Amino acid sequence: MAGFCYFPQTEEDIRLMLDRIGVGSLDDLYADVPSDFIYKGEYDLPSALSEQEVRDWFEGLAAKNTRLKVFAGAGAYDHYTPAVIPNITSRSEFLTAYTPYQCEISQGTLRYIFEWQSMICTLTGMDVSNASMYDGPTAAAEAVRMCVASTRKRNTVIVSAGLLPNVIETVLTYAKFPGINVVMSSDVKADIASVEDLAGVVVPSINRYGTVEDLTGLADAVHAKGALLVEYCDPSALAVLKTPAEWGADVAVGDGQTLGIPLCYGGPYVGFMACRSEYMRKLPGRIVGQTVDKEGRRVFVLTLQAREQHIRREKATSNICSNQSLMALWCTVYLSIMGPEGMRKVNDLCWSGSHYLKQQLLATGKFEDPDPDATFIKEFALKPLVDVKTLQKALLDAGFFGALEIDGYVTFCVTEKHSRKEIDALVEIVKSVR
Amino acid sequence: MKYYDKLIFELSKSGRTGYSLPSKVSDKDSLPSSGNLWRQSSLGLPEVSELDVVRHYTNLSQMNFGVDTGFYPLGSCTMKYNPKINEEIVGQFNGIHPLQPLETVRGCAEVYEGIDAALASVTGMKHFTFEPCAGAHGELTGLMLMREYHFSRGDMGRTKVIVPDSAHGTNPASAAVCGLEIVEVKSKADGLIDVEDLKPLLGPDIAGIMMTNPNTLGLFERDIKEIAALVHDCGGLLYYDGANMNPLIGVVRPGDMGFDIMHLNLHKSFSTPHGGGGPGSGPVGVADKLVNLLPRYDKGVEKSESGIRVSGFHGNFGVILRAYAYLLMLGRENVRMAGKLATLGANYIKESLKDCYKLPIPTVCKHEFVFDGLVNDGAREGVAGATTLDVAKRLLDYGFHAPTIYFPLLFHQAIMIEPTETESLETLDAFIEVMRKIAAEAAEDPELLHSAPHATPISRPDETMAARQPKLTWFA
Repeated sequence: MAGFCYFPQTEEDIRLMLDRIGVGSLDDLYADVPSDFIYKGEYDLPSALSEQEVRDWFEGLAAKNTRLKVFAGAGAYDHYTPAVIPNITSRSEFLTAYTPYQCEISQGTLRYIFEWQSMICTLTGMDVSNASMYDGPTAAAEAVRMCVASTRKRNTVIVSAGLLPNVIETVLTYAKFPGINVVMSSDVKADIASVEDLAGVVVPSINRYGTVEDLTGLADAVHAKGALLVEYCDPSALAVLKTPAEWGADVAVGDGQTLGIPLCYGGPYVGFMACRSEYMRKLPGRIVGQTVDKEGRRVFVLTLQAREQHIRREKATSNICSNQSLMALWCTVYLSIMGPEGMRKVNDLCWSGSHYLKQQLLATGKFEDPDPDATFIKEFALKPLVDVKTLQKALLDAGFFGALEIDGYVTFCVTEKHSRKEIDALVEIVKSVR
Repeated sequence: MKYYDKLIFELSKSGRTGYSLPSKVSDKDSLPSSGNLWRQSSLGLPEVSELDVVRHYTNLSQMNFGVDTGFYPLGSCTMKYNPKINEEIVGQFNGIHPLQPLETVRGCAEVYEGIDAALASVTGMKHFTFEPCAGAHGELTGLMLMREYHFSRGDMGRTKVIVPDSAHGTNPASAAVCGLEIVEVKSKADGLIDVEDLKPLLGPDIAGIMMTNPNTLGLFERDIKEIAALVHDCGGLLYYDGANMNPLIGVVRPGDMGFDIMHLNLHKSFSTPHGGGGPGSGPVGVADKLVNLLPRYDKGVEKSESGIRVSGFHGNFGVILRAYAYLLMLGRENVRMAGKLATLGANYIKESLKDCYKLPIPTVCKHEFVFDGLVNDGAREGVAGATTLDVAKRLLDYGFHAPTIYFPLLFHQAIMIEPTETESLETLDAFIEVMRKIAAEAAEDPELLHSAPHATPISRPDETMAARQPKLTWFA
């Protein structure tokens, strides 16, 4: 056997180990496998590459992608990543650890998850947060299950049609198999009155067109029916927007990607999920709590595990076993760096850039404003008066990704990463579209 | 490791900043500061400098143990080495938006095509979806596909799934989330599925069976051929829980054993870091007859005849990239050794310790095996014997991570050990020596183990207090 850098066994080691076991060869370790299941064919893999060749391989692949200035949102937003974050998250004590089962040697992971839970709670106004979910859409899907589990003999959930398409598709997928009724609604308040066995209502804080929703009176209407209100939020915007708790929601979910996580072609991101304390024991996923050790020192542990799959098996609140821990650390470091003032400034930068772009785009005469009264922070929708495909192609050719089409509108998104020069350059391209 | 007590909130000083931001595009437009849509309550984030942040998290990291710190023989978790080249290649893909059109993401598309073909070849499946973000997420996706398959044939009555009593806890939990009723099949005394117990469970209401092979005792289910035939004959499908795929890599393919659907844990078998609990990746592969139902990455978008979507975009692309890099390093040559060396290490530890620790099933294992506590736990008049928990905690004192404990549930004092193929003989010998020493300590003075660990930053926590008086945020 030729040496391989990740396998440390020498020929001599292998011989010595086989002798201790009392078998003649490595193949003998598979004597219990029916011989026709031992694979004798060739594996369809390239011949092993060296590290240098792997590096070149991926540089080659990266070169086949086009670097674009991203003016698109729709669930993935191009915010700036402070240099501190990857520096900390790449520390191998964090990176190469497992779920913190042995708390005596996992206080690093447990403490940052506790900090993450605390930060999610101050952003949302909720009492309790879990250790994170896979992403925003799955967090919304889990929230729907939580509504049904938290109410008696109720099996219908109203889902706002204003949510992002991928959130709706994920919610529908998760709801289909256990037979949860989902009512898709473009007029949530009206539909609340007509549903008999209402368990919950899911609405966006910011809808698919980028508009901040006015949820006045909604929580009262939902609670009057004995159901739960779930709000799907952008945690970055929650630094300035009325919180889910202030709107009266019971559960807050969303995607932490806006807290400095790179686009990275869609993942890894991180979902969050927080709720009022009365629903604490229905929350899925890991939860970290504070306690003391034998010397009375403050320490942190995984707690409330009676909800979880490894103890309750089929009666667990969810099947989720992991969380997106390292991405939760990513967001926790981001929020520590930004602080309350930095978070307000990021939103102000987004606001100023997006409002400037919208005005400039309307001035080109190639769009109509479908909702001049809409309040938005970074993303907005316009009604195009030019051919959308032509517009998108012109932008792409000039190195811009924007004008995502949704329901007959196009959306643009501006973050703190976009300079006035870049915005003006995009507008020039739009002007040239016939 | 040293004890460090701070939380980031406790470093906060009003007026201190850690951020650096550009100036505004236009001073004309400013965020409103009041009104019905805006936040009234204060935001309790810390105000700290960049150096405060760096020192704080560096201090936290020093209370953590990872694979790079030391041996991590956590059963069923496959804590193999996470190659550093895998971390380096990801950065150049960071700026790609997930909804970009194909002509601008041809490199990303090639990654999906390449890893799909590689995993299909290693497993004997036809194609994979990469949307699932973890193993349990893959299980759920696989069961959805199982149900869709029956639905697509107008076979609506298959509402039950068979799960062995030795299964990972996620199996029954995933089945419940998927709206399936769980039927448990028993293991025999030799740890394998009891085929006679299985037979009467099969019928027109069975959607399929979830199996882990080798099972959670590290034993190869040698009756798999008969089991596959029985389940297929009753119209059910076979699901393969890929958590234990590691010993089969390069040796046996689940597709050849008759499995129709499976998931892989790229963070176990394919070397991507566990990250303290994630992000992982749990791609799901299917046999030919289910391919049309699979949500698949196709030319820049996720497509599915079944309408299934289980995550926001194309799965955890950054994790998929790392696994692909590992597969390319393995190549068709090294792949043939991966599973065998993992199996070699496990059997070596088992044979070296079976005189000190009870080995309930003495046959050849695969990548992991289970002891059922100490041979001599030191129990005597007025002195309680050392438990599996005590052994685990004492291991921490000697600089090793503990194995998985009290799982599987078949044994009361289960200690589940999985070394992986990336650990050297010297590391295994050092672990064996310490395990023997702990066994001797237990026989002589079990109290030393009851009170362990002694050399870690903290001692055993009060778990009861944590659960009875939950304090779950800094603000509570």
